Amino acid sequence: MSEPVSALDGAACEGFARVAEQGPRGMITLRGDLASVAVKNAATGVAGVDFPGQRECHVVGERGLAWMSPDELMVMLPHAEVPAAVATMTGALSGEHSLVADVSDARALFRIEGPGAREVLAKLAPVDLSPAAFAPGMIRRTRLAQVPAAFWMAGAETFELVCFRSVAQYVFDLLKGAAAPGGEVGYF
Amino acid sequence: MSTRLQTGGRLIDRNARRGFTFNGRRLEGVAGDTLASALLANDQMLVGRSFKYHRPRGFVAAGAEEPNGLVNLGTGGRFEPNQRATTTELFDGLACASQNHWPSLDFDIGAVNGPLARFLPAGFYYKTFIQPRPFWKHVYEPFIRQSAGLGQVPAERDADRYEHFYAFVDVLVIGGGIAGLQAALAAGRAGARVLLIEQTAHWGGRAPVDGVTIDGHPAEAWIARALKALEGMENVTLRTRCMGAGVYDHGYALGYERVADHSPGDTRPRHRLWKIRAARIITATGAIERPLSFAGNDIPGVMLASAVRDYVANWAVSPGDRTVVVTNNDDAYRTALMLREAGLVVPAIIDARPTASGPLVRAAREAGIRVETGRGIARVKGAKRVTGVALCAQAGEGAVLEEIPCDAVAMSGGWSPVVHLWSHCGGKLTWDAGQAHFRPDPERAPTSHDGAPFVIAAGSANGYLLAGEALADGDAAGKSAVRSLGMAAKGGAVPKAEAEAEGPMTPVWMMPQGAGAELRMKMWLDYQNDVKVSDVQLAAREGYESVEHTKRYTTLGMATDQGKLSNINGLAVLSQSLGADIPQVGTTTFRPPYTPISFGAIAGEARGDTFQPLRRTPMHRWHEENGADWEPVGQWRRPYCYPRDGESREDAVGREVKNTRQNLGLLDASTLGKILVKGPDAGRFLDMLYTNMMSNLKPGKCRYGLMCNENGFLMDDGVVARIDEETFLCHTTSGGAEHIHAHMEDWLQCEWWDWRVYTANLTEQFAQIAVVGPHARDLLEKLGGMDVGAGALPFMAWSEGEIAGVRARVYRISFSGELSYEIAVPASQGLALWEKLVSAGEEFGLMPYGTEALHVMRAEKGFIMIGDETDGTVIPQDLGLHWAISKKKDDYIGKRAQQRAHMVDPERWQLVGLETLGGGVLPEGAYALAPDQNANGQRNTQGRVTSTYYSPTLERGIALGLVRRGPERMGEIIEFATLDGTTMSAKIVDPVFYDKDGEKQNV
Repeated sequence: MSEPVSALDGAACEGFARVAEQGPRGMITLRGDLASVAVKNAATGVAGVDFPGQRECHVVGERGLAWMSPDELMVMLPHAEVPAAVATMTGALSGEHSLVADVSDARALFRIEGPGAREVLAKLAPVDLSPAAFAPGMIRRTRLAQVPAAFWMAGAETFELVCFRSVAQYVFDLLKGAAAPGGEVGYF
Repeated sequence: MSTRLQTGGRLIDRNARRGFTFNGRRLEGVAGDTLASALLANDQMLVGRSFKYHRPRGFVAAGAEEPNGLVNLGTGGRFEPNQRATTTELFDGLACASQNHWPSLDFDIGAVNGPLARFLPAGFYYKTFIQPRPFWKHVYEPFIRQSAGLGQVPAERDADRYEHFYAFVDVLVIGGGIAGLQAALAAGRAGARVLLIEQTAHWGGRAPVDGVTIDGHPAEAWIARALKALEGMENVTLRTRCMGAGVYDHGYALGYERVADHSPGDTRPRHRLWKIRAARIITATGAIERPLSFAGNDIPGVMLASAVRDYVANWAVSPGDRTVVVTNNDDAYRTALMLREAGLVVPAIIDARPTASGPLVRAAREAGIRVETGRGIARVKGAKRVTGVALCAQAGEGAVLEEIPCDAVAMSGGWSPVVHLWSHCGGKLTWDAGQAHFRPDPERAPTSHDGAPFVIAAGSANGYLLAGEALADGDAAGKSAVRSLGMAAKGGAVPKAEAEAEGPMTPVWMMPQGAGAELRMKMWLDYQNDVKVSDVQLAAREGYESVEHTKRYTTLGMATDQGKLSNINGLAVLSQSLGADIPQVGTTTFRPPYTPISFGAIAGEARGDTFQPLRRTPMHRWHEENGADWEPVGQWRRPYCYPRDGESREDAVGREVKNTRQNLGLLDASTLGKILVKGPDAGRFLDMLYTNMMSNLKPGKCRYGLMCNENGFLMDDGVVARIDEETFLCHTTSGGAEHIHAHMEDWLQCEWWDWRVYTANLTEQFAQIAVVGPHARDLLEKLGGMDVGAGALPFMAWSEGEIAGVRARVYRISFSGELSYEIAVPASQGLALWEKLVSAGEEFGLMPYGTEALHVMRAEKGFIMIGDETDGTVIPQDLGLHWAISKKKDDYIGKRAQQRAHMVDPERWQLVGLETLGGGVLPEGAYALAPDQNANGQRNTQGRVTSTYYSPTLERGIALGLVRRGPERMGEIIEFATLDGTTMSAKIVDPVFYDKDGEKQNV
C-alpha cells in the first residue's frame, strides 16, 4: 500500500481562527441496536472510550465514539488500525443484525482552533454555538453552507469537523473565508 | 439655502473633515455626517429626479423612510445604485452621483413629462399602449424601458465580501431608542439571552432630538447609563448599524448589519446577515412622520418637520434661513421652537386645526412666532427649490389669502407607528382614531409553534408616541417577554421620561380640504413613484375598491421605499373617495425586508469559488494537470475528454474511443454511487427495489438492475454485486447516489420498518477506475497481485485482492462493450493506483478517456443512459428491457403502475436505433415527424431522438430514439425535423450498433 493521502494533503490557513485539514483518520460506521450489549462492547472495545448518549461524542486523541443517529455510531481510531478493527467488530457482531463499514476515506477531517473558532462555524452552520449550548462531549450533524457536515469539540477552543471527501476543497474555502481577518463578530 | 450652522450638531465632529464628490463636484462634510446632511450643508437641495415625471426632488426625510435621496454610490467594484443618502454615513473619498436624469441633474430633458403630467394619469401605460398589440413588444416597451429605472446597473464584480451569522436568543429587541433600550434592560436583568439591534450608528432614537428628559436629566445621560448597564451584562449583545429586516415563522428574524459601508476596504465584510432564532421578539421600531398633501409638497425644501429637527440637532444643518411650519398636531411646534433657538426665522406656523392650545403652542406664541390656525398651504412656490408658500383656509377650496416668502417648509401630518416587523408574520393592526394611525393589536399578535404570541410591540411602534408612555411600554414589553418564557422579571423603578404634553391632533388628508383638480394633481403621495392624490381618486372612480388593487394600478407604495411615507395618506384618500372608513379599507401587506438589503448579504458565502459545492474525485488534480476538458455531472466535475496539443474536443473524443476499442482506455468512475445494503432481509428488500430478481444472485457475482419509482417510471440503473449472504453493494448513477440512498431509507424507515436491513452510502470511500480495452487484462497481469484471468474472474463476477500492492475489489463489468475491469480501492489510494496504471499502461498504448467517449461507446452498444433515454416518463418496457423485469416476483416498486392501460398501450414510443441515410448526425432531441397537424396547428410527431453521436468506430452518425411502435417498424425510414426547417431521413434499426453478440467484452 502507498501512504494514504487525505483529500487536501493537510492544507491549512491562519485567520482569526486556524483552519487545518487533518491527515487520514480511521472512521468506521456501525449501525445496529445501540441498546444491545454486543453493539456497545464492539464499539467501546475498539475505540477505548465511553459509549456516547444521544448527540454525544467522546474523543480522546484519535480515538472516539460519536452518536450519529438512533441506530448509527461513528467509531474513530488511527487510520492504520481500521482493517483489523473492522474484522474484530464484524466478528464480535456475527450473531447480531448490524452493519460495519470502513468510511475513513469517504471523509475529510478539519480542525478549527482558536478563540474565534465558535464564530467561524456560527457563520456557516445553523447551530447554537454559544458555550452554554455547545460544549465538549457534544456532536452536531448539520450543514455547512450547502453541504452536510458534523462537528464536535476536541478542547475548549478546538473543533473537529468532518465532511465528505469530494467537497473538502469547498469546505476548506468556506472555513477560510469565515475565518478571514476582519470578520470577527465578537458575539460569543 | 441650506447650510451648516455655526454651533451644535450632536453627532458631528467639526474638526474631522471628510471630502467627497457629488456628480464629480468636490464637496466637504465632517465626521458623523450622513451623505444627506453633508449635501444639505453644501446647499445641495436638489438631489435627484422622480421616476415618472422627472420632477426635481430634494430630501424630505432624514432616515430610512426617505423616498427621494437615492444616489449611485461608489465606483468600480464598490458601485451600487439606489443608495439612500439619509442612511449612508459619510466617509472620506465617498463618490456619488444623482440618478434618473439626462443629460444632467439641473437640466433634464425627461422633465418634459412635467407639463404633460395631466396626460399621464394612473394606468396611463396600460390604457395607452394596449393597441396595436405588436407595438408593445417592438415600439412601446423598448422606449418606456429606456426612460424608466432609477440607478445604473453595476458594471464590475462586487469587490466586497459578505457573510451570514446564526444567533439564538431568548429575546431579540429590534430598535435602540429609549423603549428598546429599556426593554433590553428589563429582559437582560431577568437573565435572558438578549440581542438588541439598532439600524443607525447611534443609540437613543429621537429622544435626544426631541428634548426628552428622563428621571430629571437630558435623555442622552440616561441613554449613556442604560448602555453602560447593558454592556455590563454578559447575557446581552448590542449591535448598531444592524436593521431588523424581517420577522418570520417561529421566532426567526433577519438582521442586516452594515459592517463596513462606512469604511469600505478596511478588510471587514461589507454586510453581515444575522439569521436569528428568538423565543420572543420585541419590535421597538419607532414611528414615522407623515407628509401633508398640499400642492407642490414635493418641491426641494419641503421636508418632514421631524427631519428638519434632525438636521438641525444632529448635524447642525439648517434647511433654510426662513422655514414655514405646517401641521395638524403639536409635535411640529418643536421644530419651530428649535429653529428659532438656532437663530433662524420661522415666518409662520400654519396649523390646519381650527384651534390650537397645547403647551408647545403656547410656547411658540410666547416666543413670538406667528401661529395661523384653520389655515393650510394652497400651493408651494418654486421649482428646483422652495421660494414661498401661498396660504388658504383649510376648510376652503384653496383661494390664496397671502403669500409668505421662505426657503423651506416643515410639514407634519401626524405619526404612524412602524408596524412592519409586527406585521411580517401575521400581527394584526387596529385603527387608533385619536392619533389617526394604525397600531399593533396585542390581542392578535403573531403566534409561534406553540400558539403563544412571539412578537411584542413596544414604545412608539406600539402607538405610544409620548416619551413617558413609550419608555414605560418598553419596560412592560421586556418584562412580559421574559415572564412568558418562565423567567422572573426583576423589579426596580421604571425610569420616568418627560416631554412637553401635546394637545389633540386632527387628521388632515388633503390641504385644503376642498381642493380642486388643479391642486390635487400637484399633491404628491408617493414621491418616488410619482403618485398623486388625483391618481388614487381616479383609481377609485374607475372601480378600484381594494387597497391592494389600487396599489398595483397606481404604483402607490411600490417603490424602493415601499410607501413608508405614502401608504397611510394614500389609503386615507382612497377611503374618502370610496366613502368608506379607513379601517374598512385596511392596509396593504407589509413584507420583508423593512428596507432593501443587498444581494451580497443574501448570498453570503455563496459566490466565486464557493458559489456551489464542486465535488472532486481523488484523481481530480491529475485530470486537471493533464488537460481535462470538464463536464459538470450533478455537482461533480468529470473530464469530458483530454484534448492533446491543438486537438478539438471532437477529435479528442474520437481518438479516445478508438484507442479504447483498439488498445486500452482508463476512466475515472469514482463518481458512481455505491450503497451497501446489509441484513437478513437485504435480498427481499432489493427484490422490491429493483425490477429484476436480486435475492438469487450468488456471492461473488454481479447483476445489472433497474430501479423504478412507484409510478413505474425508470429512475436509476446500475450493477449490484453480492458481497456475502447478507450483503449487497448497489451501484447507482453518478447523479443518483444521494437520492437513491434517501429512497432506500424512506422505504425502510416509513414502510418496511420491521425489515432487518441497514444501508450505508459508501460512494466516497472508494476511488473507482475502469480499465477498458483489449489490453486490459495484460495491464492488470503486469501489475500483478491477483488472478484476473477469465477463469478466476469471468464476465459479471467480482473478486477481492491486491492490484499493484493496493487493497482492491475488482468488478468484471463493462459499459463499453470491451474487456473491462472496474477497480475499487480506498479513496486515499486512488491517485496512487491511477498513476501506476498510467505508467504501466504506456506499453499497451493506454490513454485516459472522458465521459463523452464513455457515452459514445455505450450508445454504440445500445446501452441506455438514465437522463438521456429516460426523462421521468419512460418505463423499462419502453426501452426493450423486458429481460430485466422479473416475471417471477409478486411485486416490486412500480410493478402495479406498469400494468395501467396507458403503460401497456402498444402505441407507446419505444427504443430503436436510428441510422441516417447520409451518415450524418441527427440533432439532439429532434422529433420524428408524422403526417398532418394537431388541433393547435402544430406538426404531429411520432418519436424523438434521445442520444445521438458521431461514432468513430463505425465512422457515421448513430442515434437512439423513442419511436411509436418502433421495434415493429425495423427498416422503415422516417423523417426528423432539424432547427433550420429542413428534415433528415433515418432508418429504424436495432439499437445495438456494435458487437451484437458481446464477444469482445466476454473474453
